[in-house]
Amino acid sequence: MKFGVLQFPGSCDEVDALNAARRVGDAELLWHGERDLKGADAIVVPGGFSYGDYLRAGAIARFSPVMESVLSFAVDGGLVLGICNGFQVLCEAKLLPGALLPNANLRFTFRQVDLDVVERETAFTGACLVGARLSIPAKHSWGRYYADEPTLAAMRKSGQVVLRYAAGENFNGSTDDIAGVRNEPGNVFGLMPHPEHAVHELSGSTDGLCIFASMRLAVEGARV
Amino acid sequence: MRARVLIRPKAGILDPQGEAVQRALPALGFEGVVNVHVGRLVELDVDDPSQLQPMCEKLLANPLVEDYEIVLAGD
Repeated sequence: MKFGVLQFPGSCDEVDALNAARRVGDAELLWHGERDLKGADAIVVPGGFSYGDYLRAGAIARFSPVMESVLSFAVDGGLVLGICNGFQVLCEAKLLPGALLPNANLRFTFRQVDLDVVERETAFTGACLVGARLSIPAKHSWGRYYADEPTLAAMRKSGQVVLRYAAGENFNGSTDDIAGVRNEPGNVFGLMPHPEHAVHELSGSTDGLCIFASMRLAVEGARV
Repeated sequence: MRARVLIRPKAGILDPQGEAVQRALPALGFEGVVNVHVGRLVELDVDDPSQLQPMCEKLLANPLVEDYEIVLAGD
């Protein structure tokens, strides 16, 4: 199992994503100017400020050469995880529904948040415990998830809302307390909090590991 | 041709920037100001103004959450 972790100018969490992925498999960085995904079984679009987040977060990164390959990879059913800025990039690329808007409190906020896993039968949460509550850091100023009502209704119906902020934890004002969503086929997933920063006891929580472990389970389960 | 693209949050979507500005104005003595919204302005020179709309749809605005208005010089 090999993860490919994208690296844009302005990415800042790609090394943590790489290290987190290496706890469950092999992982390699993929530079934004390259089109070759180097045989990766799954892609991680990491956090940061790709291309300076100019215009809108993720708006320019989605047109980078590596994203062209990620789009075809996703259309073919490949697993793609977007974290924070990566989630914004995947929404801009229309791989995920909705958009991320400035936090309702207009502040950059960095804190540990509790997340409820509301869909466990997904390629990104299959290794989480039933009824799991994950304690994971979040750090962003553009994390207010928004989708219009018809889109939300369709997402709820097809189980696309995967993670919700636990009661009292929705600091950014996301619609419906949504913290993480998947696409309809289920192979693309994005979340604002950072599972890659919660993979070692030293940082206070290892709850983020289950996202990476779930992806490995999904890829290797599919191989058998 | 010189063009300006005005981009603003869609009506009905929470605009915390607009609200913050609206709250700040009375503190400076400016009363009676409502419906404040903060958006972006993109100015550009284009050979073919018919490209502006596809540019907005594809990159300059996110039509899911933003409205845009194209103003050509001289309009």
